[in-house]
Amino acid sequence: MVIDDSRAMRMILKRIVAKLNFEAIEAADGQEALDLLATMTEVPELALIDWNMPNMNGLEFVTKVRAEGRLREMTLVMVTTESEQSQIVRALAAGAHEYVIKPFTEGAMIEKLALLGLVPTGVNS
Amino acid sequence: MTLSAADFAFVSALVRREAAIVLAPGKEYLVEARLIPVARQVGASGVAEFLANLQRRPNAADQRRVIDALTTNETSWFRDREPFTALSDVVLPELARTRGPANRRIRLWSAASSSGQEAYSLAITLQEHLAPGWTYEIVGSDISTEMIKRAELAEYSQVEVNRGLPATQLVQYFERAGAHWRVTPGLRRNVSFKLMNLTAPLPPMPPFDVIFLRNVLIYFDVATKKAVLRNVARLLRPDGWLFLGAAETTIGIDDNYERVAAGRTSAYRVRNAVPVGAARKG
Repeated sequence: MVIDDSRAMRMILKRIVAKLNFEAIEAADGQEALDLLATMTEVPELALIDWNMPNMNGLEFVTKVRAEGRLREMTLVMVTTESEQSQIVRALAAGAHEYVIKPFTEGAMIEKLALLGLVPTGVNS
Repeated sequence: MTLSAADFAFVSALVRREAAIVLAPGKEYLVEARLIPVARQVGASGVAEFLANLQRRPNAADQRRVIDALTTNETSWFRDREPFTALSDVVLPELARTRGPANRRIRLWSAASSSGQEAYSLAITLQEHLAPGWTYEIVGSDISTEMIKRAELAEYSQVEVNRGLPATQLVQYFERAGAHWRVTPGLRRNVSFKLMNLTAPLPPMPPFDVIFLRNVLIYFDVATKKAVLRNVARLLRPDGWLFLGAAETTIGIDDNYERVAAGRTSAYRVRNAVPVGAARKG
């Protein structure tokens, strides 16, 4: 699941995860993502989450997902321009598994996902 | 799998023209290794197809990709992962088991340390896995004064800290320095850098327990590889470990080394040099 209010960024992220054989669904903010998740029987394996979005920001989304048992298995990666150390600490404390600072390269994103065991063998950055 | 002579000539001419870099014959493997990710990135089935397309339809974007791939000092944190895992899971426990209480200091050498990511990745690994009571020291070396300065400064851009560094370690071992991130003084304290040419006689140094000499030998011809490995063997403790790049080996180059398993990767140890009673297997 790719959650970002920028359509262009959603496209970039979708293209990257497609290389790792993920089929991505999109949401433009945290609330839209939660609404979508509520309708889904199968929980996505991974969410790439922007921080600053209208309606519900990424940090709130992470906090809400962590509070809901049904979504416990989702791997949560913040993908954001927020680069202050304190913000990264906040996101990790809220339950994000990884944090990628924008701008990032495709290789860097794949390396981060590899750290989380989400890159099938044979796919290199 | 190796590049054809014609393809190698094409790439050599391109990087000589555009980047003034001379690729000596014998570097086919290096060119191939560096271009595999590029070919993949542009959707070609392999390096041969990518280069065939580029020769048929020259274009600036793909030429730039080739040049970047062959000239960029690309260094990730914990590059290739496995050697760092082998250090924490295999080497450190063995040292803890075999060393007496009087010698609880471990020395590591990151040879060809470039901008320092490998040396600091080693420091993070030791910081997190070294048993209580042990201390460590890491020496990084490089042939470029520019790289030594960068490594000593220990400042990395946002883009650089994204490369393979887990966020938990970013916030623990780095602090913001303007738009950059700097390695914390606590970690820097144990790491120093020296200007060194691996192909020349090496300066006198106390021997090392672990040497990371990765993705260096691929740049050298066989005679130089032999000389480097011989020099390095003198600086490796009898019970020490040498880690090479995944595509490198001592086999057929220097018989003084023995390849041993180290976790999910291989390491090299000097033959017949391990003191009595020390475990041999990885």
